[in-house]
Amino acid sequence: MGSKFLGVSVIALAMAVSAGVASARDQIRIVGSSTVYPFTTAVAEQLGKTGGVKTPVVESTGTGGGMKMFCDGVGVNFPDATNASRRMKAGEFESCQKNGVKDIIELMVGYDGLTLSHSKKSAPMKLTRAQVFLALAKNVPGPDGKLVPNPYKTWNQIDPSLPNKPIEILGPPPTSGTRDSLHELVMEPGAEQIAVLKALKASDRKAFDAAWKTIREDGAYVEAGENDNVIVQKLESNPNAFGVFGFSFLEENAAKIQGVTIDGVVPEMDTISALKYGPSRELFVYVKKAHVGVVPGLDKFALEYVSDRAAGDGGYLEKKGLVPVPKAKLAEAKANVAAMKVMTGEGLPK
Amino acid sequence: MTDTSIAPPATGTRTFDYGSDEALARVKRRYQAEGRFKLYGLLAVLFAGAFVFVLLADIVRKGMPAFFEHRVVMTLDLDASLIDPTGRREVDALRNGDYNKIVMDAWRANFPEVTQRAERRRLEALVSSGAADDLRGAILRDPSLIGKKLRFPVLLSDDADLHFKGLSTGMSAVAGNGALDVQVNGREVTLIGSGQPFATILADVKAGLLRDADRANAELARLPASQQGGQNVALDAKRAELTARVADLKRRAGDAGGAEMIDFAAMPSRIVRAEGAFIQLREIGPASAKGFLLVAPQRAITRLDAWTVTTFATPESNRKASDADIAWLESLNARGVIEKAFATRFFTSGDSREPELAGIRGALIGSALTLLVTLIVCLPLGVGAAVYLEEFAPKNRLTDILEVNINNLAAVPSIVFGLLGLAMFLNFFGLPRSAPLVGGLVLALLVLPTIIIASRAALSAVPPSIKEAALGVGASHQQAIFHHVLPLAMPGIMTGTIIGMAHALGETAPLLMIGMVAFIVDIPQAVTDPGTVLPVQIYLWSDLPEIAFQAKTAGAILVLLAFLFIMNGAAILLRRRFERRW
Repeated sequence: MGSKFLGVSVIALAMAVSAGVASARDQIRIVGSSTVYPFTTAVAEQLGKTGGVKTPVVESTGTGGGMKMFCDGVGVNFPDATNASRRMKAGEFESCQKNGVKDIIELMVGYDGLTLSHSKKSAPMKLTRAQVFLALAKNVPGPDGKLVPNPYKTWNQIDPSLPNKPIEILGPPPTSGTRDSLHELVMEPGAEQIAVLKALKASDRKAFDAAWKTIREDGAYVEAGENDNVIVQKLESNPNAFGVFGFSFLEENAAKIQGVTIDGVVPEMDTISALKYGPSRELFVYVKKAHVGVVPGLDKFALEYVSDRAAGDGGYLEKKGLVPVPKAKLAEAKANVAAMKVMTGEGLPK
Repeated sequence: MTDTSIAPPATGTRTFDYGSDEALARVKRRYQAEGRFKLYGLLAVLFAGAFVFVLLADIVRKGMPAFFEHRVVMTLDLDASLIDPTGRREVDALRNGDYNKIVMDAWRANFPEVTQRAERRRLEALVSSGAADDLRGAILRDPSLIGKKLRFPVLLSDDADLHFKGLSTGMSAVAGNGALDVQVNGREVTLIGSGQPFATILADVKAGLLRDADRANAELARLPASQQGGQNVALDAKRAELTARVADLKRRAGDAGGAEMIDFAAMPSRIVRAEGAFIQLREIGPASAKGFLLVAPQRAITRLDAWTVTTFATPESNRKASDADIAWLESLNARGVIEKAFATRFFTSGDSREPELAGIRGALIGSALTLLVTLIVCLPLGVGAAVYLEEFAPKNRLTDILEVNINNLAAVPSIVFGLLGLAMFLNFFGLPRSAPLVGGLVLALLVLPTIIIASRAALSAVPPSIKEAALGVGASHQQAIFHHVLPLAMPGIMTGTIIGMAHALGETAPLLMIGMVAFIVDIPQAVTDPGTVLPVQIYLWSDLPEIAFQAKTAGAILVLLAFLFIMNGAAILLRRRFERRW
């Protein structure tokens, strides 16, 4: 009986392999950021329902991993689009060019606000990014201006007007895109708000970068995994703790948690889209132009993403927690997609 | 042992008296020790049973809501000009009809007082975006409905559904006391009672003020002591502000007759219901109250003789459904058009970003296809390898190394197999990403060692006499193994396979690398279509922000457990049929 099974399985395998290799792809494949995943999946579903094509497959691989796969080459074995919670870096653009991914269409699809949130059971907090930096950094300026290991255990040691509560912050691990945002949107601007560090930036750039890129490891900052729902549960059970996550999570869980006012601005839909709220970031989707027309529906996907009913004011992406782009910018994005305008690679961050 | 063994009494040594008190006490002790051991065993079993029970009860409790959905039954006007403007009844044209408008027109007609844009958007958000798709499906099945009026169940959105599942707020109703005069000015309503109909509510609100004062006092106490010379100006200003606030709150709390505004961030909402109207109270005095008409009454009202006050226990800012949302839903509930139905779509549709539309079928089929590939690959390979190693292979250094490595392989973390799958099946053989075929092959690698080890153990457990007897009557070695030993070892091999497959069913880590952790809506039709599996679906749903997905997650866990039980049940049945005794 073993031999019979073996025969059957060999035949089945051979058939499957030949079928898999022979058929061209008729389904859009998207990879990339877990932050953009909830929005791209919504667009993908809408396209599947109304666009007359198969619903795109969306993988959540993280921004960096997605970029790598995206830039690996052109052809059916490579994804058609990638989600990113930050702009494509110059190095990534170069690697794309080198691998033959010449023409890339960049879509700025909306904003995500990074929030520091805590349980509704505790009193509202107002912090500056400098205070958050002092609470989170591994090394902070001591009384003589030299960097010393972070001595702050409670909030009122940082500023007497803050409550006498232990500093406890739950946040993403280093592999997460949200962690990158924490560094870039909160820690670096926070360090710049401190005069001593600002002077350091001018004199010793390396030391300055090390200061905001290193988060304390003495237990005040707890890496709580990428599952934001777990952080929400932990915040509920511990009113002293703060959590770092995207604005959409704060909005969805508004019944349980509240956002901390940062630099005098409350994290809200309006303050983020007006770029008044400091720790907010732009979200991108990158599309391979070479695949448009080869993989059916890719152009429709890009158009759907920037359409009024999706990314517009009151569109379905807003309901999913995306902070929509202002009208003028959306119109520009639409024109870019319609004309299939490709990136030049100028002005990309290092 | 010695004290009970029956030995002939040697002369001059002690005798054994089995009936002595001492001996009886010893016997008793031994029985007690045995009894205690049994008790420990029983306790351990009960303990484990209690854990399993709590776990299952929790999952069932959380998962049950996923199997039901709420719908509102409305009469839809299937206007031909919206569905099929050309009138030719072509399928393509019918597919593109504006079904959303038909549903939304009927839905808005329930609440004609809602005209403002933002409010209308909130109202429309209570209907699922899938309702139009349902209607499209019904029309495509039966185009003769066009132009008629149809009673149709319209699916509610996840938030509305959660309200009816009791997950928005607790509600309690008290009959109002005395008649009210009503002055309506647009949506603003003033209610004037003859006695003091709102006195109890006002007392409640005042008690809330006192609690606020306590909270402000506590905050004041937390502020560090004033420094000499008042160096910290900001701190002093904050202290003064808090002190003033406490004084104001206490004064208002003490003034029993003063009107108060309802603080929707901290207090339960109060809704006056009468004649079909829902009036949200906003400012309360002992005798009169001002409110906002959330749902208009059936007829114009100037005086209310019978009315009730409904309290929404959770303050409005602490829940997703607003007072207006709940008023609209409860108003429909009172009209008797809300129905609760079994959510068949949970089993018939694929994944979706709308919790009320998301189904498990894609993952279920994906799991079945993946496991099928795993079984087809690893059962013959595993059993063949086991038979060869156990019965035919020479015992030398090479087979020793092989054996050790098979055992090592069984202990390799599963993510490693995912990396192997990525490098080998995707990059080298060029198989499609996210396909159950690749998932099945990777999982086959994962369970192969388990099956080989279990099969070898089963083969070696068959008594040698069986094989020897077969060889004795002239069977070849191969005949003896395949005709006699293998059938007898089958039950053990089956057990090993069940364990291996159950292991494979629960794996997500190796599938991450080959792209099966993905949002896939279309249900896979073949092993090369993109697909996902049940544990991945559970993981993906658990990570989404919408609260309704928590029930879906638990529901999917129940489906996974049911799948496991059915799979194991089938294997046990098969094993029974193969089982032979000697």
